[in-house]
Parts: sequence; C-alpha cells; structure tokens
Amino acid sequence: MIDLHNIRKDFPILESGQLAYLDSSNTSLTPLQVTQAMDAYYHQYNANIHRAVYPIAERATEEYENAREKLRAFIGAESVQELVFTRNATEAINLVARTWGTKNLGEGDLVVLSIMEHHSNIVPWQMLQVEKKFQIHFVSLTEEGRLDMSDLKKVLESGRVKLVALSHKSNVLGVENPVQTIVQLAHEVGAKVLLDGSQAVPHLPVDVREIGSDFYAFTGHKMCGPTGIGVLYAKRKLLEAMPPFLGGGEMIRTVETSGSTWNDLPYKFEAGTQNIAGAIGLGAAVDYLQRLDMKNIQKYEQQLLQLALQKLQQVKGLRIFGPLDTKERGAAVSFELKGIHPHDLATILGERGVCVRAGHHCAMPLMKHLQVPATTRMSLYFYNTEEEIDRLIRGIEEARRLFS
Amino acid sequence: MSNIYLDNIIDLYKNPLNAGQLDQASVSYRAYNPLCGDEVTVDLLIEDDTIIDVRQRGNGCAISQASISLLTEEVKGKSLDEVMAIRPNEVVEMLGIELSPVRLKCALLGLEALHQAIGKYMNNLKSQ
Repeated sequence: MIDLHNIRKDFPILESGQLAYLDSSNTSLTPLQVTQAMDAYYHQYNANIHRAVYPIAERATEEYENAREKLRAFIGAESVQELVFTRNATEAINLVARTWGTKNLGEGDLVVLSIMEHHSNIVPWQMLQVEKKFQIHFVSLTEEGRLDMSDLKKVLESGRVKLVALSHKSNVLGVENPVQTIVQLAHEVGAKVLLDGSQAVPHLPVDVREIGSDFYAFTGHKMCGPTGIGVLYAKRKLLEAMPPFLGGGEMIRTVETSGSTWNDLPYKFEAGTQNIAGAIGLGAAVDYLQRLDMKNIQKYEQQLLQLALQKLQQVKGLRIFGPLDTKERGAAVSFELKGIHPHDLATILGERGVCVRAGHHCAMPLMKHLQVPATTRMSLYFYNTEEEIDRLIRGIEEARRLFS
Repeated sequence: MSNIYLDNIIDLYKNPLNAGQLDQASVSYRAYNPLCGDEVTVDLLIEDDTIIDVRQRGNGCAISQASISLLTEEVKGKSLDEVMAIRPNEVVEMLGIELSPVRLKCALLGLEALHQAIGKYMNNLKSQ
C-alpha cells in the first residue's frame, strides 16, 4: 500500500499544494531522507574517500561503499565490483562505448539501436562509428509504438551484430521492452546487450541477473536520488577485459614515469575524487524506495496510469502516442493536442502549477518517426495523486478554450 | 487568465499575416530551433536595398508564429539596414508580453530568420 498522506510529507516541494508535478520521467522529486543523508556527509564526516586514515575519512569511505552495496542488492548484481559510479546514464553509456566499444567494434560489425532511443544511447555510438566504421541499425516500431521484434530478429540473423543497445523503457512512449527475450536472442548470436534502465529502475523491480544483460546503465536523479550520480553495471569478466575510461587518481595501482598499472574493479573506472555525497544520497534513495517496496510503487503507478489514460482519451482533439492500455507500459504518456503547440500547452499548464515536459524529449529520431516536431508528456511517480491528474485535465481543457 | 496568451497572440497564431511564399523571392531563409522544433521560413523580395515584399511560413508555438507575423508587417518597405537594426527588445515590445528566457527564444526566431536572410542576400551579392 502506498500511504500518500505520509509520503507527500517527505517532499517539502509539495508542501504548499501549489505544484502538480507530472514530470518525473525528466527528473524525480527528492525526499528529505536523501537530502538529509547528503547533509550528514557534508556536516558530519566531510572527508575524501579511499585515502586518509583518520576516523571521518574512514566513515566517508564506508558510507560511499555502503551505497554501492545498496545499489548492488537493489538491482540484483552478483558483486559490488560490477557496479561503477558514473555521473549519469549518459556517462555510463559513453564509458562502455569508449572502452568496450573501442576494443571490440570495427568494420563490418553491426550495432543495433532502436528508433525509440534517447539521444544518450544514440550519439555515443555515432561518435565511435566515425572512428571504428561499424554500421548502426535502428530497429523500427510497431503501429502501437512497441519495439518491432521481427525487425530485431531479422537483423540478428545477419550474424554481424556485436552489440544490441536498447532502452529498458521508453522515456517518450512509456513502453517496456521485453528485455529478457531480447537478451536471449542477442546471446544466441553472440552479441552483447546494453540496456538503458533510466526509466525502468525507478518504477519497477529490476534484477540484472534475471534479465541477463551484459551492461545496464541508469541515472540517480530519476529515482529520488540527487543529480550528478549514475551507475554502470557490467558483468565482471567484461569489466576486467575493458581498458580504463578516464585516467587519473584512484583508478591506478602504480604510477611510474615509464607507465602505470590499473586498480582493481570497480575503481579502475572511477578516476578522480568521486561524487561522494551523490552516491550516499543515491544510497538513501534506494533505502527509501525499498521501504515503499518497488512492487507497491509499480502497482500504484499502474492504477494512476489507467486513470490518466482514460481521462486523457476523453479530451477532444487529444491523441496519445504509444499503447493505450497499461500492459507492459510505464506511467509516461506523450500526446498532442490539435491546434496547440506542445510548448504553448506546457506554458499554460505551467501557469497553473502543472509541470509537464514539452519538446522532443531527447528523442529526435522518434519524433521524426511519429511525424511531429514535439510532444507534450506527463509522467507519474508514486507521490502523484488522482487530484493532480484532474488538475492536468482541467488545465488542458482551459488551454483548448483559450485557443478555440 | 494567461499572462502571455493574449487574444492578439492567439489570433495571429490562427490567422498569420503574410503567410505563404514568394515565387520571385530575392532570398529565402529557414530558421530552426532544435530545442522545441519551432521553424520559420521567410522569403524576401528586395529592390534597391529595400524590402518590397515578404512572406513567411512556419511551424511552431504561438509565440514564434505570432512574432514572425508582426515582424513581416514591420519590415515591409524598410531598408535592409533598418531591419538589421531591429533589436530583440523591440520584438518583445511588439508582442506586448513578458517572456521567460526560454520562451524569448521562441519570440526571436522570426527576427533571426530575417537577419540571416539579409546576411545571406548580402553574401550572395558579394560573391556575384
């Protein structure tokens, strides 16, 4: 059960009742428990990690590594050595492209992406493509906006696919991809799989071992954590064989003028002083989500989503992009309203305290596929209420009247 | 009700001024804001460094489309120098609304299209 009354008290930004925050797929709100954990680091044991030996430095190291352990357990990884802290999912994907990709991709190889990808899972591969001359195939979508599995199967049959890099859940269409099946299919032809879980980890139970993905990237700020911290999970064997990403302090074992040797996992990939408070904050976010229970969060969001889909469909001139039912679908809903540009709609809603995203959502290929310049997107999280959905609908109706 | 969606803005959005294209255009330019997908294309007919006629077509939010409508009226009959001298704050005054920095970009897309079109025209002249 989600105890809305008490949950909303954890989010000071909601206190005034003025905001209907429906943009959590963009960034989620931050509960007190997370900011307090970060405050505690800065106010009580502000020291660098993995270096000094005085007590507060030891505590800082312990809390930072505790956060890693919390994240390991949260996504079901085998070992903390498989979890690398990054700035965000974008950096995690770039890390894989620049290290694993540089070593393993070349002419004649195929990298498989999809039309629904966020730019963060397109651009790093395009940048590497310039050097490494591999080809990129974009898997198309079905009429409903789901991944076209027959297209994926066909391209895998080519025998040239080295990597399948897909989002676990679309940030625009809300669809949840059948990742377990995708991993099986890819592994059958010897391809590795990278999943961008930024829209999945905050909203549903994720078990990377059950999924079987080789790489799994996600960001902290969409799951009640702070900005500037993200995670790359990768299978240990892969990480061991990968060259380092950034060079500097902490990622080395020895440095001599003639050359250097690398530190153990995961430190080999964590050069320089890390976002210590960010990692600790993300650890607190994991505690928070686990206390609510991801299954409860998912169930409550599905209820709200059903209501939102139902009410949005009743608005005249409103068209939803993506599936109209809640099956294998998350609570991000993109739509267009006839005769009103998404930016105008979002501005009018904003004037009424209703926060939604308007634009291309960092998914220009998908906008082109949908044949729209932009969409309006509302997205829900566990702290949202039915009343907030009503405020959204009222705002949309007012915009329609204004533009009629 | 709304601070920026005044009747005149919405009216211009629905009934744009100088809409369409000029077959005999001296120059044409498409300005695009990748951030929101707004686009404005202007066709200018120029004689003796003066804008004789102008048409615009675009796709975007009410602010960007209302702004280019008003601008096309403003620049007709003006010299190229006079148009180049139009400053962003004059466009905001024309619209008569207060805009946040993000929405200001929408309002200034039309001015950018006009300035770029004139720049392109001058470059073409030079290279001839």
